[in-house]
Amino acid sequence: MLTVIVDYESGNLHSAEKAFQRMAREGDAGDVLVSSSPEDVARADRVVLPGDGAFPACWKELHDHRGISEAIDEAVNGKGRPFFGICVGMQMLADVSHEYTETPGFGWIGGSIEHIAPTDKALKVPHMGWNDLVLDQPHVVLEGIETGDHAYFVHSYHFHVANTVHLLAHVDYGGDITAIIGRDNIIGTQFHPEKSQKAGLRMIANFLKWKP
Amino acid sequence: MLKTRIIPCLDVADGRVVKGVNFVDLVDAGDPVQSARAYDAAGADELCFLDIKATHENRGTMYDLATRTAEQCFMPLTIGGGVRSPDDVRDLLLAGADKVSFNSAAVADPDVVARSADRFGSQCIVVAIDAKTVSPGKWEIFTHGGRRETGIDAVEFARLMTEKGAGEILLTSMDRDGTKQGFNLPLTRAISDAVPVPVIASGGVGTLDHLVEGVTEGHASAVLAASIFHFGEFTIREAKDHMAKAGIPMRLT
Repeated sequence: MLTVIVDYESGNLHSAEKAFQRMAREGDAGDVLVSSSPEDVARADRVVLPGDGAFPACWKELHDHRGISEAIDEAVNGKGRPFFGICVGMQMLADVSHEYTETPGFGWIGGSIEHIAPTDKALKVPHMGWNDLVLDQPHVVLEGIETGDHAYFVHSYHFHVANTVHLLAHVDYGGDITAIIGRDNIIGTQFHPEKSQKAGLRMIANFLKWKP
Repeated sequence: MLKTRIIPCLDVADGRVVKGVNFVDLVDAGDPVQSARAYDAAGADELCFLDIKATHENRGTMYDLATRTAEQCFMPLTIGGGVRSPDDVRDLLLAGADKVSFNSAAVADPDVVARSADRFGSQCIVVAIDAKTVSPGKWEIFTHGGRRETGIDAVEFARLMTEKGAGEILLTSMDRDGTKQGFNLPLTRAISDAVPVPVIASGGVGTLDHLVEGVTEGHASAVLAASIFHFGEFTIREAKDHMAKAGIPMRLT
């Protein structure tokens, strides 16, 4: 079993690598490899797409790594491999992002990326820190996670899902903020599971044994 | 609902915690990684390492610390001290930091914040502001550990930093730092109300009520403290319970 964390030079992969490695070791879930090679993605049993920073920059970096987005597409949509998008890696599942400029996404989960505009003007943007999850639907990867568990967020834009059937969890920040989305073999979190202590590590462990 | 964060800060020099952390039975109270693990277990919301003796020669020890901490603590880590360029940010992020804090370099060249935020995103760029009261209701920036005055207005500078792309402001009152008399609340409030990004209040915490005031009167999104936690006067849990009783949303799990 091989889990590949896609490295396209977007931010800090060290903690994601360590968190996935630790849970893979504890769950006997094989190897975890950080790689920017399409060949590694092609042979992966599971694919993790992280992402920090601005959407347009991440999207461009991803596509500047020749062959990598095609390899991810083939793994996820061709072979049905389990896929985990984190933060901007989750946002890339949308049809389009409006961060700075209009940038297309993969369009695998309908929706758009919009600026956070809390109704309460005293609320700061970025939405930064620990917020408590409200689970909207059960999911195998959310086993052991309950409404009220905290996760660590840091973002200024969020995912408006077109169809709530894809919304697995949200948090409240002057309005609903999408926290977890999914369909079929795809799951994504706006928060950082690798920074979310117990609940985050649990989700990673669940993902590593998920057979969608 | 978003919770108010409590952030213990460890001053580090040459890879060792200055003065040590004595709130639990650590085998080595001077080892930052052991301290970080203890704070992780104690429920701290984030950690901050400040390299107070940052020189070019000893950068390696900080990268090593970041790496070893990130291997063991699955919580957010901010590192500051001696950060001068986007490449410094990159090196610290790659080593395992989640956020990197600029201080004197941002005063000398505000555009270093813009260049870093453009490259890595605002979410990981913190600007640490050290301010002193110069007259009632007026505060100015001091650099080099509070020794060098700049004549720059602290509120204006905080606004400028967020325009340049800072995602968070770490505000230390140099008047209060180390006094245990509480945060400089008018300063904290002036800056928190002036910028759209979260402000971390720092400098002067001596009691748990001081933490509460930083949020209720200072409007801070997070509170940072060092000695009250390091020397076991209060646990993170006691601080959180106290703040929660005062009506502040806290992460208690």
